[in-house]
Amino acid sequence: MINWPLRLEKRPEPLAVMRIAAPLIAIAAMLITGYLVFAALGQDPLQALMLFFITPVDSIYGVGELLLKATPLMLCALGLAIGFRANVWNIGAEGQLTLGALCGGGVALFWAPSLGGLGLPAALLAGVLGGMAWAAIPAFLRTRFNTSEILVSLMLVYIAQLALVYLLHGSWRDPDGFNFPQSKAFTEALTLPLLADGQRASIAVLFSLGLAAVSWVFSSRLFAGYRMRVAGQAPAAAAYAGFSERRNIWLALLVSGGGAGLAGICEVLGPIGRLQTSISPGYGFAAIIVAFVGRLHPVGIVLASLLMSLLYLGGESVQLALQLPAAVTGLFQGTLLFYLLAADLFVGYRLRRVLSPGAAR
Amino acid sequence: MNTSFLIAIFTGTVIAATPLIYAALGELVAERAGVLNLGVEGMMLVGALTAFAVSVTTGSLMLGFLAAACASMLLALLFAFLTLTLQTNQVATGLALTLFGLGLSAFLGRAFAGLPGQGIPDVHLPGLSDLPVIGPLLFRFDLAVYGSVLLYAALHYFLNHTRGGLLLRAVGESPAVAHALGQPVLKTRYLAVLFGGATSGLAGAYLSTGLTPMWVEGMSSGRGWIALALVVFATWKPLRVLLGAYLFGGVTVLQLHAQGFGINVPSELLSMLPYVATIVVLVLICRDPRTILLNQPASLGKSFHPDV
Repeated sequence: MINWPLRLEKRPEPLAVMRIAAPLIAIAAMLITGYLVFAALGQDPLQALMLFFITPVDSIYGVGELLLKATPLMLCALGLAIGFRANVWNIGAEGQLTLGALCGGGVALFWAPSLGGLGLPAALLAGVLGGMAWAAIPAFLRTRFNTSEILVSLMLVYIAQLALVYLLHGSWRDPDGFNFPQSKAFTEALTLPLLADGQRASIAVLFSLGLAAVSWVFSSRLFAGYRMRVAGQAPAAAAYAGFSERRNIWLALLVSGGGAGLAGICEVLGPIGRLQTSISPGYGFAAIIVAFVGRLHPVGIVLASLLMSLLYLGGESVQLALQLPAAVTGLFQGTLLFYLLAADLFVGYRLRRVLSPGAAR
Repeated sequence: MNTSFLIAIFTGTVIAATPLIYAALGELVAERAGVLNLGVEGMMLVGALTAFAVSVTTGSLMLGFLAAACASMLLALLFAFLTLTLQTNQVATGLALTLFGLGLSAFLGRAFAGLPGQGIPDVHLPGLSDLPVIGPLLFRFDLAVYGSVLLYAALHYFLNHTRGGLLLRAVGESPAVAHALGQPVLKTRYLAVLFGGATSGLAGAYLSTGLTPMWVEGMSSGRGWIALALVVFATWKPLRVLLGAYLFGGVTVLQLHAQGFGINVPSELLSMLPYVATIVVLVLICRDPRTILLNQPASLGKSFHPDV
């Protein structure tokens, strides 16, 4: 090997401060990268960064948009994090979100009008159950047939989206909708109430904060949460203690599926207001990044989802103002996760100068 | 049902399978060295865009394929640096690579969306290509198709009959033992990941030039993930990758030709077939835990660093 002047050395104890500092370092590195990217695109980088990170949230409406986009991210990421901590890799939240929207939307279209005041809760419940059902498939196949939940949950994303398109081209299409593949708009009674006037965020924000609180209690106060943490950090110890892997897998997938399903139905009953072929701009995938940037901790996830939501708004803002492609959002999201993973190294390791080559050995 | 229809199904199958073969064989090499790279989908997309952009601007398909391999190799290098040198979690880093590749290709690809692309010409061997039935069945594909079969053969030979192949397998089974014997574990893993990157790039290049000569955001539509599933399906053996890829190619093509068989099912439901087939096939293979235990490289997905 080449003799680097610096050598990686394991810290005697993991550095707790780094666990919190790493996301901040990653955000700083992302901003520097953004500065360079905007400069390379021939824009004034400071002005572009202002447009990206400040302009979108300088009004009540803007803050509402921030909460609006943070909500589905939070709902998905909180559930995913519970699984990630236990080494259960549900990466199909996007599909569970779609199925939640489909089931809840179906109830709202065909059944809720006859339920009166119970229509809205019924639709929400159907959304949660739909997401859970979709996540139950990889859970069942993993526990019964040992099949990778990563691949199965991902394949189900495509299947869910095709199912939604199929229904919206067929029997669920609005007969008065000029043949657009979308359903009838939901009535007022089937729309989630807004948090405040003059912006678009609904009470779904409260659901997500509630879920954050529940998930905090679950993972730090309940024995079931402890079992899952042990399973993630020391699988051998968990097996020796007799903690059931099967139960962890089911729990992780059902919780994350339910969260994603709730995210889907809240989008449909909130800002979208009807079923249409595209419900999410990839919230289910971005939630994976949110979960990691939030350190798989509920408080961190709430903050990280706000940041990620800002990345979406910033992408739209620079698209409008500077005619840059909105896909710059995806670029920021990906680099953020890379920097975070790299910065994480310094939780457990440190760099040491090596004075004379080989002397460190 | 006439002969030309059957020939169309056969050739369609082979063409649909080709990108899967490239991507899955590359991932197989990385996994045999013990590295699980979930970034195949992202690398494929970047490869697809690069091949399209370079071949359209320079007019040379060869350059396009070469550039695609290099671009995806750069992404693979990033992945290797993070997971092998910096020891990050392979699953999380692979997911990040896929998301990054999706974003990067969508971002840079805006200028190329909707442009007419350059398709790969089929070879024409005088005499052979003109043979009835056999000609169209075997001798009228493009070079990339023959390349995929050659790649399989080379890989089969490399893994089973060379010193390098033995080293690769040893590193994947037990990096600690390989290291103790003085073998370069990290270097082997780096090379394996880079190889996987290059072939993912070629797979992407074939998507945007061979299969459909155009660039569309997210055009791999899960093929990178299907390639990952194929490696499991193949129980980490090259020959079964080849067979599995043709099976999947067949499913994709049958879905396109369903009307020809008089099957009247909505197209959205037929498009689900490859994804459903992936799940079914995974279940069939993983059903018996021993199949996986006996064949999966023992260190798959686990970090190893000789220094620490």
